[in-house]
Amino acid sequence: MAKPLASIVSAGLSKFGKREGVSGRELFVEAFKEAMERCPSLDPRKDIQALIIGQMSESFEHQCHIAPITSDWAGLLPTPAVRTEVACASSAAAIRYGVLAVMSGVYDVVLVGGVEKMTNRTTPEATEYLGMAADFPMEQWNGVTFPGLFALMATAHMHKYGTTEEQMALIAVKNHHNATLNPKAHMRKEVTVEQVLNSRMIAWPLKLFDCSLISDGAACAVITRPELARKFTDTPIQIIGSGHGSDTIGLYEREDLTSLMAVYRAASEAYKMAGVEPSDIDVAEVHDCFTIAEIMAYEALGFCKPGEGGRLIEDGVTTLDGSLPVNPSGGLKAKGHPIGATGAAQLYEIYLQLIGEAGDRQVDGCEVGLTQNLGGSGASCLIHIYRRD
Amino acid sequence: MDEEKPLTIEQFYKFIGEKRLMAVRCEGCGALFIPPRTICNRCLSKDLEWVEVKNRGKLITYTVIYVPPVQFQSMAPYAYGIIQLEDGPRIPGMIRNVEPGDIEIGMELIVDFEEEKDGEQEQQGRQGWPRWPRYFFRPP
Repeated sequence: MAKPLASIVSAGLSKFGKREGVSGRELFVEAFKEAMERCPSLDPRKDIQALIIGQMSESFEHQCHIAPITSDWAGLLPTPAVRTEVACASSAAAIRYGVLAVMSGVYDVVLVGGVEKMTNRTTPEATEYLGMAADFPMEQWNGVTFPGLFALMATAHMHKYGTTEEQMALIAVKNHHNATLNPKAHMRKEVTVEQVLNSRMIAWPLKLFDCSLISDGAACAVITRPELARKFTDTPIQIIGSGHGSDTIGLYEREDLTSLMAVYRAASEAYKMAGVEPSDIDVAEVHDCFTIAEIMAYEALGFCKPGEGGRLIEDGVTTLDGSLPVNPSGGLKAKGHPIGATGAAQLYEIYLQLIGEAGDRQVDGCEVGLTQNLGGSGASCLIHIYRRD
Repeated sequence: MDEEKPLTIEQFYKFIGEKRLMAVRCEGCGALFIPPRTICNRCLSKDLEWVEVKNRGKLITYTVIYVPPVQFQSMAPYAYGIIQLEDGPRIPGMIRNVEPGDIEIGMELIVDFEEEKDGEQEQQGRQGWPRWPRYFFRPP
């Protein structure tokens, strides 16, 4: 394995859910406080030199310019702050540019994270704001929705590979089960295959329980140069690979609708940088915005061959007691999907897993973890690979 | 003349308003693009020009949207798909005049154009930018 790019010395996560009356900046402070409590030897005002914060949309709270607000509300001013935005992958971008910032030598310690407040809006409003991550002139203008875009991929995947609605339902069943073990998850409720299949149609073949949740939440992590990490904690986690792939904004322009090329591209960069293979991964958090997206992520990450993602879940490989647990947190599906917080929340879960503090959902003996965060219908993807120090 | 029209999305929809489906062709490698671009993303040529394409294609994939964006609420549920035009490019859009149960991948569809009645845009809340007409797909 390669030498580390950077180290995580602490991380925090707000409770995810319908956090009525709590604004985005307040959610961020909740996550920040946990990160500070976990790392008493860090002096936030003195040590944190910059904030890089992901957020998808200013529409939900009618609030642009979130980055300096997070610096201010966390009591870190005049520490400089900047926002990253690549739709649903916004805070994985914050992680990547945080890693690059400490690698550059300009900063020793940066706070990365993300936040999204969503449930203050009606579902049609939220649907419209989320839809803005799709191409406007051809896709939004002609009536597509986000579930609609993933439904187009699901239909193509079913047609080409014989993937079934039952296999997609199994993703929901697994992730809902994992979320019952996560006290910070939005929806801690088991579902059955029948319940998923009989739930309300959203965009055929995707039903309500194939879709992730509209949630409020925030997450953050403190990143430093590997050689400084032990100054702050005895249990740093190394970031050993970072990959970033892009693709056309329009789904219709992609040659193969059954595979996400941005994920392949990001995975190839991250695996190469980390010096690991898909078979080295012990635990992963992947972008299950819709159940089909987790199946397609398995394939693009090399956990199975193209077209075999449905079989992988059917065989139980990715359940908590399987050989490669995926989304132990409950995923976007059941932990919740506050868009801008999701990438950093994936990091938080892998951080907990690797330091052995994931409680009832702990994956025993995991050494190497991976996060995969997708933007929009796949125009962006960021992947990170982590290992115990 | 078409050659003098700007290579913009705005102009693409002006052509749609004239019931013409127009693409731009790269003079470097022959690739066709809808909507237009001014740099070919295959060969990087900046030499592109408008060409009319046939309004026939085959359905690549589809969905039926039950929970639509606010402005399409009165139309739901509606079918939506991606077609591959006979001339090459793919475009997305609504599929009309066919029961969702009769839609099949591979079926032939043609691109048709909405009739714009006076005042319709205002009725649909489509004030300000953009004021583009819409195309849709239907069986031949």
